[in-house]
Order: sequence, then C-alpha cells, then structure tokens
Amino acid sequence: MEILKDRRNQIHRKGDEPGSITCEKASVAGSVSQRACVFCGSRVVLYPVADALHLVHGPIGCATYTWDIRGALSSGPELHRMSFSTDLNEMDVVYGAEQKLYHSLIELIDAYKPKAAFVYSTCIVGLIGDDVVSICKKVAAEKDIPVLPVEAPGFAGTKKDGYKIACDALLSLAGTANTDTISAKSINILGDFNIAGETWVIRDYYQRMGVNVVATVTGDGRVNDIQKMHGATLNVVQCSGSMTHLARSLKEKYNIPFIRVSYFGIEDTAAALYDVARFFGDDSMLARTKELVRQETQAIMPEIRRYARDLEGKKAAIYVGGAFKAFSLVRALRTLGMGTVLVGTQTGNPEDYEQLREICDPGTIIVDDANPLELCSFLKEQRCDVFIGGVKERALAYKLGLGFCDHNHERKEALAGFIGMRNFAREIHATIMSPIWKFVPRDNCEDSGNPS
Amino acid sequence: MKLLTKLTPTATQNACKACAPLGACLAFRGIEAAIPLIHGSQGCATYIRRYLIGHFREPVDVASSSFSEGSAIFGGKDNLFKALSNVISQYNPQFIGVASSCLTETIGDDLERLVPEFESQLTGDFHPALVPVATPSYAGTHDSGFHSAVHSIIDRLAIEPYPGFGRAVNIMPGILSPADIRYLKEILEDFGLVYTMLPDYSDTLDAPAASTYEPIPRGGTPISSIASMGRAAATLVLSSTLSKQMDGGALLETRFGVPEIIVGAPIGIGKTDVLFNILSDLSGRKIPPKYVAERGRLIDSYVDAHKYLFGKKAVIYGEEGLVIGLTSFLAEIGVFPVVCASGGKGNGFQAAIRNSIPAGIDQPTILEGADFSEITAAATTSGADFLVGNSGGYGTSQRLGIPLIRVGFPVLDRTGGQRILHVGYRGAQHLFDQIVNELLRKLQDDSPVGYGHF
Ligand code: SF4
Repeated sequence: MEILKDRRNQIHRKGDEPGSITCEKASVAGSVSQRACVFCGSRVVLYPVADALHLVHGPIGCATYTWDIRGALSSGPELHRMSFSTDLNEMDVVYGAEQKLYHSLIELIDAYKPKAAFVYSTCIVGLIGDDVVSICKKVAAEKDIPVLPVEAPGFAGTKKDGYKIACDALLSLAGTANTDTISAKSINILGDFNIAGETWVIRDYYQRMGVNVVATVTGDGRVNDIQKMHGATLNVVQCSGSMTHLARSLKEKYNIPFIRVSYFGIEDTAAALYDVARFFGDDSMLARTKELVRQETQAIMPEIRRYARDLEGKKAAIYVGGAFKAFSLVRALRTLGMGTVLVGTQTGNPEDYEQLREICDPGTIIVDDANPLELCSFLKEQRCDVFIGGVKERALAYKLGLGFCDHNHERKEALAGFIGMRNFAREIHATIMSPIWKFVPRDNCEDSGNPS
Repeated sequence: MKLLTKLTPTATQNACKACAPLGACLAFRGIEAAIPLIHGSQGCATYIRRYLIGHFREPVDVASSSFSEGSAIFGGKDNLFKALSNVISQYNPQFIGVASSCLTETIGDDLERLVPEFESQLTGDFHPALVPVATPSYAGTHDSGFHSAVHSIIDRLAIEPYPGFGRAVNIMPGILSPADIRYLKEILEDFGLVYTMLPDYSDTLDAPAASTYEPIPRGGTPISSIASMGRAAATLVLSSTLSKQMDGGALLETRFGVPEIIVGAPIGIGKTDVLFNILSDLSGRKIPPKYVAERGRLIDSYVDAHKYLFGKKAVIYGEEGLVIGLTSFLAEIGVFPVVCASGGKGNGFQAAIRNSIPAGIDQPTILEGADFSEITAAATTSGADFLVGNSGGYGTSQRLGIPLIRVGFPVLDRTGGQRILHVGYRGAQHLFDQIVNELLRKLQDDSPVGYGHF
C-alpha cells in the first residue's frame, strides 16, 4: 500500500529511524480518517450528564447519529439517552433559526424539566449567524436553569477542540452551588463516562477507601454535583485527552490540584488508588487501599491466570482515541502474556507518542490518525491475533479474520477497575480462542473474494 | 425514560430519519469499484460510516474533504480537489460519488461546476467517473438523498442515445437489504432477463469473508451497464413516492424513451404478484415453477397461522416506500395497520397508504415527517399489538411492552440487518413467520401457565 505523502511522518516503527512522530494535525483531505468532528468531541464529553437536556441545533444528521450511541449508564434520570434536534430545514437556513431554537428550548424544558440544558450548535449554525448565546441567556432567565451554549461547528478544529468547548461549558456550571457540607477528603472523578457502569465500579473503590466523591464528570453525571465540584480537594483525571483542560481550569480558578490516572489494568488501577491515598497523606486510608487492592486482585487472578495460559505469546494491535488508554492497554496485555505490535491513536500529542515509544517492544508500529487502508496493511503485516479499537475498527478486524475487543465509548462491557480487567481478559480470551477462526480464510476454495 | 408526547412541532425528538448524504453514500456503495466522498467536515463522513457499519457490519470507507475553518470561509475547492486526488491515488476507484453536506451547500460550493473543473485537469488515459449530487443535510431524508444520488448517476452516466429494444430491463430497488437485492437478481435471472440493477450493494455491503481485505469490495453495478440503461425495454422502479428530481426512471423515459413502470416495494403476495406478472410480460415467459411453489407454501402458512393474526394491530414506520409495502402486506394477512409513519414527507405517501388498505378496515393514522415522540404517542392510543420498523422503535416497544419486528434500515441492535428479506414470496414468508412467532412468544410470556403447543 502507498502511504499518502502528507502522512508519512505520522507513522513510526520502533527501532527504525529516530526523530519524533508528527501529530495533532488536521486529517488529510481524502484520507478516510477514523476521527470525528468538533461537535462529536463536545457531545461525547457532555453526553452522560443525565439530568440535562441535550439539544443539537442543526440539521438532523448529527443528532440522529449520536442518539443513544454510547453505553453511558445513569443511576437515575435518563434524559441523555434521548435525541433532541432543531432539525433545520431550508427555510431555517435561509431566514435563520433563532426563533425555532427558542421555542424548541422552551417546549422541551417545560416537558422534561431538566436541571440544565446544553445547546450544541453544529456546522451551519455558525455560518447562518444565529445568535445562540443570547437565546441561551434569554431562556436561562425565563426558565431559571442554566442553559449553556456549546458552540461546536464540526469544521472548527478537531475532536479535541470539542473536548475543550465541553470543558468550558462544565466549568461555567462549577462554582454555582453551595459546598459547605463537603469534607476535606474529597475528590471529583473526571473523565470517566460510566460506560457499562464503570463509574460505579470506581466510585465504590473510593468509598471503600474513605474518599468522598463530589462529582463524577461526566459519567452518571448530575448538574447539581457539577455545580459544586469546586468544593472538592482533588481532581482525579482519567481520560486525560478530554478532561485535562477542565482540570487545569479548576486549578487556576479554584486552586484544586489534579492527578492523571488510568483505571485500565491491574497495575494502573492500583497505582491510581494509591496515588489518591498518598495525596491525602492518611495512613489508615493507605492501609484500607492496600487491603482493597489485595482483595480485588485475589478475586480475579485465578481466572486471569487461566486465560493467560491460552493467550501467552499472542499479538495485539491497538487503535484508540487517546494515548493514555493505549499505555494502559499495552500493560494490561502484558498481564495476559501478550505483546503489542501496532498501536495508534486519533489524538495523541508528541509526549504521548514519546512515551508509547518507550514502553513498546521493538518493531511495534506507532501511528497517528490512521485510516482503514493503513490499519489493514499493518494488521496483516504484523500478523496480529486481536485488534482493540472501536466499532469502525471492528468491521475491519472481522473482515480480516481477526479477533476484536471494543475499547471505545460504545462498548457494552465494563473494562475499568479490577473487575474490568477480568472482563477484558475474558473478552480477549473469548475472541482469540473462538473456534470459528479456523474457517477463515479458506485458501483451497475457488476465489470468492475481492478484485485486486 | 418518561413517556413522550409530541407538543408543538418545533423540536424533533428521536428522529425517524437520517440525513441525505448518508442515503447518497449508501447508493454510491452499490456501484462497481466505487468510493463515496462527502464534501464537508470530517465528522459527517465518520458518523455516516459508523452508522452504515453498525447496520451492515462491514467496513464502509467514505472519504471526506475534511473542511477546516479556512475552507468554510474561502470555499472548499482546494480541499475538494486534494481529496479527490488522494482518493484516486489511494483507492484507484472507477467511480467516485461526491455528496455535498449542509456546510458546503450553505457556503455555496457548487459541485456541478467544481467536479467537472477537477475532471478537466486530470491527465492520463484512465480516470474514474465522477458523479456529484446535491445532498444538503437540511433538506429531505436519507431516503431522498439515496434517490437523488441514483438520479444523478443516471443523469451523468446513462449515455446511450437510442431508444429501447431487446429484453434488458432496468430495475431500481430503492433502499432494500442486500438479501433483497440478491433475491431480486435471482428472480430476474430465472426469468432469463438481462438487467441493470441500480444500485446493487448486495455484495459490496454483505461481502463474504476473504483472505485479503480489499478496500473496494467486489460487486456493484458496472458502469458500462449504467451507460446502456437508455437501451432497456423498461425501467422498474420499486419505490412509489419519488419526486421528479429523484426519479431516475422518469429521466430515462424522457431522455431515451425507456418506459418507466412504477411497481412499488413488492412486499406481500399482492404486490409480488404484480411484479411477477410484469416480469412475465417483459420476458415472454411463464412464472418459473420455483416461485409458484414458494407462493404456494406461503399461502399454506398464511392458512396455518391466520387466527393468530386476524385483527391484530400494527404500527409501521420507516422510509416511505417500505412503509407502503409493509402496510399492504399486513393488511393482506388480516392485521390492521393502525399507525403508518415516516420521517419523510410528501410525494403521495398518504394517498399510497390509503390505497393499500382494503375496504372494511379502518384507515390508519398516517404520520409524515414524524419523529418517535409522535409515533410513540400515536402507538399508545392505538392499542397496537406490535411494531414493524427499524431499531429506532426499540424505546417505543420497550415502553409499550409490545414486540418490535425489526425490518428495514437501520438495524443497529441485532445482527443480520443486511440479511433481512422483505420482498417477494420468500420475503413475505420470512416476515410472516417472524411476526407470528413473536406474537406467540408474547402469548407464552404473558400467560401464567404457558403453553407447550399452539
Ligand atoms: S461535521 Fe458538522 S454536520 Fe457533520 S456531524 Fe459534525 S457537526 Fe454535524
């Protein structure tokens, strides 16, 4: 396969040439990037705030394609699972749609009584010049709830810029509720999206350690919790790609320190919990944490060892959104006796790629913002047994006759925490060991495949 | 989730449609050695890919011209040209379908002008056919985008200048499943007919496992066949609600004198009989025994299970053509369609539904431009026993506690969406068994004692 000239510096083979990988660029036109848009970035971050209204101001597509797309669960209200749109038509585009937006907001707020509303303006809204900010202000005043503009036209940058816009919306909620009852040993969980209930798993660990959780942002999120998140003592950031901006802003504005963690894999989960316990400098908390880690590890290890016996020496490829997850996955796979031969991300930055280069084995291909053509040729070349990615990657893996594990926001299996490691091992084992692979490919048949 | 009621017609709540560029991409995937390109921001292409992949469970490459802020201000020509060159060098396609988006339509990028300009700059002996289509996401639905793309393909590529003779027929299936298209091809072949199926994604979006991954899967309508569509004896259009700008059959008729026969979706015995009679006329052959037997078995099963169905009430929703076909099928087996809804509107949908309901059955509530808040509200008051439609009705079925028979597009929460058979006797058989069995399952589940036999 011919790699597009503009993309050559975005691919690196460990052990080959020195020099750093090029990243953080807009996708090349005509390259079938696996990335999405600014709107997508803002939508995925805010999506799990379950008692807020999420209204997409634009034509129907963006709203339809994001309707209940992710497995972000809520322990209470489920307003986030609805898809609301102003569904702009030709007349709206010609004459502007401020009135439509206004009426939509009023009617939806009256009907669903949300605690806040997020208004996402997508591609053409910026162009037609609707004054979304003032409509939001007006409705906020009339209905007495926060109505937050999320100005995220798809073309105005990358998915990462969308994260930032979402963080700013969250930041404007913070600081607006009373924090008197919050204890000193308290944290916000940032950047866990409660996919398949993962926030609940993490929250439970902290509770057992004696740490008070003020807000979970945004998994199983509630507007009122977010409004008082400035009362927490520490921010614990999991998805660094999406939430570092918020953590930094909270530090600047409210002087709350933050640490970056990951809850994927045994080592990383344990490290995360120890880091938090150490931060509070409380010996009894540290002792409780040790006990928790011991218990949880003991509970899952026998099963994991069983899987590892089968998986020893198998090879994995990883293509995920953010780099922090990629680090954890490389380590988690090692726990299973597996190696990583391809690792790529949609949005890594130079330091991320440097770190990836350090932890990967020689020969590993490292790639930024890949497309299906490149992914396929690397997967074949590296002779992987399993591909870890998102739904778009799943179709590729299966077509190539490879095992697959969904580690994206649309997965339905909890993969965070100790129990998540058990689920991960189970899933990797189930896909690699399935007997069906012996039927693909069928070399002795008459060609049923594709033209060359 | 609380129960939805439609308030004023301002906000759309859980849409029963997707946008036009998606439909265009779907149609483009049915051309041989083709790749679709969306002229717009990166997101649309990725979301649309994700949506199509979710249903077809196949890799679906859709390129994007990856708009940035600058292109939105200064125009997207450079991005478009670069995208086209990159797609050509990476995929070496024979066909590129270029769909516009809300963004490029709004800034006034004119594909009708830009695409030929790019073409004129290409050097070398071979270059792919380029077909632009205007699919502003703020007009119409994925269904109208699909048909507009088919219309554009014909407009650009059907070039044979002389009128019809011979037995070749054109057939335009509309949005059906790959299994439907495969079955239709089998039928046409069994009649000995030479045909052009446009589009034909029966292989490209339901490809066999293979030892190598090819980004451009085998199959699709050959461009040479499209070129000669103007010579066909007739064009069969399996959609009955197309406006003039979307009706490729009408275009072939005005331009080349190929008669257009609007068949509608051949779902159920009545409508399938119509199709078979037409094919028999066109081919000059009797209906092959295989299909006579299929039809006979279908009737036999109708008899076996008619009592479980008579008077049951159904809610049907989806693309206009599919809803019309399903309505007549359900009415034919004694089910009362009580709500017939589509996210699209216009073009005789209401009238077609009314005509599909035989005398003696109450007219259903017909919803056009509907979303799931309206469909749910209407379903709730209708006393419906089951729903027939795509995955979008999952929430409604859950809330009302009635079964959802998944048909059409998209089916995102089950496997096998690409293999659902809707059309012809075999399709009716499949739908019939599924509906009856779902109703029996519900009887069993709801019963305190359960039944081992029915
Ligand atoms: S690129 Fe624009 S139109 Fe497309 S999905 Fe993103 S916001 Fe919507």
